[in-house]
Amino acid sequence: MSARVTLAVCLRVLTQLRRDRRTLAMLVVLPCALLALLWWMFHGTGFGPGFDALGPPLLALVPFTLMFLVTSVTTLRERTSGTLERLLTMPLGKGDFLLGYALAFGLMAAVQSVLAVVVCVWLLGLTVAGPVWMLLVVAVLDAVLGTALGLFVSAFARTEFQAVQFMPALVIPQILLCGLFIARDAMPAVLHGISEVLPLSWAVDAMQHVAASAATGTAWADLAVVAGWSLVLLVLGAATLRRRSA
Amino acid sequence: MTAQAIEVTALCVERGDRTVLSGLDFGVPPGQVTGLLGPSGCGKTTLMRSIVGVQRITSGSVAVLGEPAGSLPLRDRVGYVTQAPSVYEDLTATENLTFFARVLDVGRDRITACLDLVGLTSHADQLVGRLSGGQRSRVSLAVALLAEPPVLVLDEPTVGLDPVLRLELWQAFHELAAAGAAVLVSSHVMDEASRCDRLLLMRDGRLIADETPAALLARTGATDVEGAFLQIVGVPAPRRVLS
Ligand SMILES: Nc1ncnc2c1ncn2[C@@H]1O[C@H](COP(=O)(O)OP(=O)(O)OP(=O)(O)O)[C@@H](O)[C@H]1O
Ligand SMILES: [Mg+2]
Repeated sequence: MSARVTLAVCLRVLTQLRRDRRTLAMLVVLPCALLALLWWMFHGTGFGPGFDALGPPLLALVPFTLMFLVTSVTTLRERTSGTLERLLTMPLGKGDFLLGYALAFGLMAAVQSVLAVVVCVWLLGLTVAGPVWMLLVVAVLDAVLGTALGLFVSAFARTEFQAVQFMPALVIPQILLCGLFIARDAMPAVLHGISEVLPLSWAVDAMQHVAASAATGTAWADLAVVAGWSLVLLVLGAATLRRRSA
Repeated sequence: MTAQAIEVTALCVERGDRTVLSGLDFGVPPGQVTGLLGPSGCGKTTLMRSIVGVQRITSGSVAVLGEPAGSLPLRDRVGYVTQAPSVYEDLTATENLTFFARVLDVGRDRITACLDLVGLTSHADQLVGRLSGGQRSRVSLAVALLAEPPVLVLDEPTVGLDPVLRLELWQAFHELAAAGAAVLVSSHVMDEASRCDRLLLMRDGRLIADETPAALLARTGATDVEGAFLQIVGVPAPRRVLS
C-alpha cells in the first residue's frame, strides 16, 4: 500500500462527487431535511415518543443508509466499467483502493454529519445530555460503516439495479431491528439475539447513549463494535477484489 | 535470437465451461508491432487479459519481460488498453490522466504529451462522457501511454476511428516500437494486418499463423491477409459471380 495511491483514489472520488451535484445535494441537504421533517411531525402534538427520542436514532440511520447507497453504486460502476480491472494492472494495492474510497466518503460523511448535528441541536432544539461533538463522532463512524458495507456488497451485484436491491435486503431489516420501533431487549429472544449482532444496532445504541447521558463510556464501547464491523467489512471487501477473474 | 518481451507457453484458458484458449505457444519481440488478428469471439481479449495478468488461466504460463504476467514488478511496465474504454466518464480527459499519472507516479509533463499524442489537446478539459466514442477510446489509449511502458497491450484501439486518425495512431505505434517497446495490437479487421511487422492469426482459441505479413502472403499465395486467413481455414476465397 502507498499513501500516494490512496490519496490519488481519494482525490479522484471527491472530484467525481463534486461533479455530481444531485448526489452532493442528497448527501448534504437530504439528512437535514429528513430530520426537520421528523421534528415537524411531532411539533405541538404531544403524541408519540417525540423528536428527542427519535432524533438520535435517525441521526445514526441516515448517514449509514445514504453512504451505503452511494458507495455501493459508485464502486459497482468502477467494477463494471473496466476501470477497476485497469487499476488492478497498475501499481495499486487493494487496500489503496478501499481506503481511498473510505477516506473520500468518510470526509463527505463528516461534512454531512456536521450539518445534520448543527441543524438538530441548534435549530430543532434536540436535547443532548452528552457532549455534542460526540454526536458527530458517532455519525461519522456510522457513515463509514455504511461505506464499508456498500464496498463489500458491490462485489455481489452485476448491475446498479441489483446493487440498489441490497438496500431493502440488508438495510431495512437492520432498521427494523435496531431498537427504533421497540426496545431491542423487549423483542422476541431470537430477534433480540440477531439484533445484537447487527452493526446498525450498535450505531443507534451509541447515538442514544450520547443523547441520554453525560457519561460517554458506554457510547465508546458501542462505537468500538461499529468500528470493528467496519474494519471486518473492509477486509472482506478487499478479499472480493481479485486481480485475476475467470 | 533476441529475448522475447512476451513469452506464452502452452496457455490454456477456460471461461465458464468452454475452452477459450487451447494451448497457445508464441513470443512477442520488443521493437516491433505485432498484430493479433482473428474473427470476433476467437479469444483475442482473453489472450490479452492473460498477458496483463487479470485472466485466471487453466494451465500453461505467460511471462512478460521475464516476470510472471501480472506480477508486482510489471505493474508500471505494461500499458493495457481494454476493448471498451476504461476511463471515468464524469471526469475530464485531463482529470482522468491526472489520476492515473498519480497512481503510476509519473510527472505532469507526460499528461500533456500523451494528450497530444492521441490528438486530444483541444478536448483536454471536456468531460469524457461528452466525448465521441472514438475520442473516448483515445483517452483510454493515452492512459496506457503515460508511463512509457516497454510493453503495450492494445485491444482493438482503432475501432470506430476515421482513416486519418487510424493512420496517425498506427504511426504512433510504430514510433513506440522503434523506441524499443513491444507493441501487441488486436483487431478483427483484417486490413489492419498490413500495418503490422508481425502477425498472429487466431481462430477458435488456436494460433493458425505466426509470421510476417509478407511471409503469410507468400506461403498462401493470397493477395491479402483476409484471403490468406480464409485459405488457411479451408474456405475458398469468394469468387466473383459476374465476371
Ligand atoms: N466473462 C466471460 N465469461 C465466460 N465466457 C466468456 C467471457 N468473456 C468472453 N467469453 C467467451 O470467450 C470467448 C472468447 O472471447 P473474447 O472476448 O476473448 O473474444 P475476442 O476475440 O476478443 O472477440 P471480439 O473480437 O468480439 O472482441 C467467446 O466465445 C466468449 O463467449
Ligand atoms: Mg475482444
